[in-house]
Amino acid sequence: MVVDAARLAVEDLSYGYRGHAVGRHISFSVDAGEVLCVLGRNGEGKSTLFKTVLGLLPPRAGAVRVDGEFTAGWNPRRRALTFGYVPQSGGGAFPFTVAELVLMARTAHRGPFAAPSAADRDAADKAIATLGIGHLAQREWLRISGGERQLALVARALAQEPRILVLDEPTASLDFGNQVRVLDAIRSLTEERGLAVLLSTHHPEQAFACADRVAVLAGGELLRIGAPAEVVTTETLRACYSAEVAVLPVANSRYRVCVPQSYLL
Amino acid sequence: MAAAIALGPYRLAAGDLLAFLMAKVTGAASPLPASAETVILQIRLPRVLAATAVGAALAASGAAYQSLFRNPLVSPDILGVSAGAAFGAVVGIFLSLPVLAIEATSFAGGLAAVIIVYAIAAAIRGRDSVLVLVLAGVVIGALFGAGVGLLKYLADPYNQLPAITFWLLGSLAAANLRDLTSLLPAVAVGLVPLGLLRWRIDVMTLGEEEATALGLDTRVLRVVVIAAATLMTSAAVAASGIIGWVGLVVPHLARLMVGPAFTRLLPVSVLFGAGYLLAVDTVARTIGTVELPLGVLTAALGTPVFLCLLAFSRRPAWS
Repeated sequence: MVVDAARLAVEDLSYGYRGHAVGRHISFSVDAGEVLCVLGRNGEGKSTLFKTVLGLLPPRAGAVRVDGEFTAGWNPRRRALTFGYVPQSGGGAFPFTVAELVLMARTAHRGPFAAPSAADRDAADKAIATLGIGHLAQREWLRISGGERQLALVARALAQEPRILVLDEPTASLDFGNQVRVLDAIRSLTEERGLAVLLSTHHPEQAFACADRVAVLAGGELLRIGAPAEVVTTETLRACYSAEVAVLPVANSRYRVCVPQSYLL
Repeated sequence: MAAAIALGPYRLAAGDLLAFLMAKVTGAASPLPASAETVILQIRLPRVLAATAVGAALAASGAAYQSLFRNPLVSPDILGVSAGAAFGAVVGIFLSLPVLAIEATSFAGGLAAVIIVYAIAAAIRGRDSVLVLVLAGVVIGALFGAGVGLLKYLADPYNQLPAITFWLLGSLAAANLRDLTSLLPAVAVGLVPLGLLRWRIDVMTLGEEEATALGLDTRVLRVVVIAAATLMTSAAVAASGIIGWVGLVVPHLARLMVGPAFTRLLPVSVLFGAGYLLAVDTVARTIGTVELPLGVLTAALGTPVFLCLLAFSRRPAWS
């Protein structure tokens, strides 16, 4: 193992579906203890990029490395022990309880015929507690709200105990309070557990709240990557979203707010 | 089971049955007349065992298909597996093959049906994959049904045709010990992998991508579960013809009672399926002077139960 390799390295990756390229020649890396936030307009291919990184879609070209090692030949089990994934929506169509669903995160940690062990249940309980959703544990999946499901999917990804966390718009259907709670949880877990985190969002401001670096995708290419203060600017947001946005500082904070120009007096 | 053995045109008292059992266990001479012993051993017992095994097999395979295809609406009959297995078995009868070979052609037919249906559903990547799956099952089932019709047309009208027709109606009347020697092992062989893989089958209900992301090799698991469920369905069809609705209604009821986790769903489905078919079969052969075809009775019972489930189910399990 190469000691100084990045936790996650994406090298000259081209991705998409059969006969249809979505993104080309994307390269970036994420270190342990670092959050990379990916911005891009609707249909830009953020989800496709994430699925290719996770190995759910085969890359059209290029490679993904974890700690210097190519992931191309990895089986699903090895991937699941490395990557925790929070899809935009998930959980299936059967009335499992939230606790049962989070426990499914432990699939890769045990043999094909084995029942969940005490350690598995412990990991699931801890993840549920971390997200503060203990009151949902015995509720049925189909009877909780979209935001509650998203919290449960984040808990499930944590219960996988991965080295890399990939979150596809984890705050999309959360209320304002839960958005803050999830981003804070991601931030503190990244530091405590030395996770490498890849997350996408439609709120550029969130980059200031939780990200170490920001990558902006536009036209199937990596437009910019760097520290939030350098990347989340009026010029970049114009190129990314075709919108005129002012990025304003907040006193005594690294946080900045993005306000549409038309709203300013 | 004891009641099912006792009931029938030749009545047996509960005390007689007990005495017979004691005699068998202790090795003493049987207190019953030889005719009663024949009824118990050659007719009632095989039939009761067959009903139990067929009910368990259909319910267990229904539960497996429902979890695998992520849809509480599918069942061996809706997916066309029963029709495919029936076609295979009719081919076997048509060619006058031995029982074990009929079970093999039945399995091949069922497997062919489920593979074709799944391939169609995978090829037509529409928005409503569930609808495509169910429609493909109906269409392929109809095609295999047409194949059965052709074979009936070609069959020897005095010998083979009545056999095929009565068998297709779904009946356990002809169940004998020889049928059991191929039915029971097939059901056992099918149940074991489903039982062992119960935790992974739960994860499969999340769908291909999510299950893979959680570390499941979905291709291998899908092949194993389909093979196991189809083996059980085919063995049941080869033994008793097409008995509909058990594979749909029983797992559905079981899920309403104990939830979708396969570790509880499978045993409860097996018990309910076995008990249900045993009860229905006992009714079918005792209700009148003429025995009712079992498949007719399960359909008559299953349809209203299913419609009630559909109308009054508070769980939104129909997405």
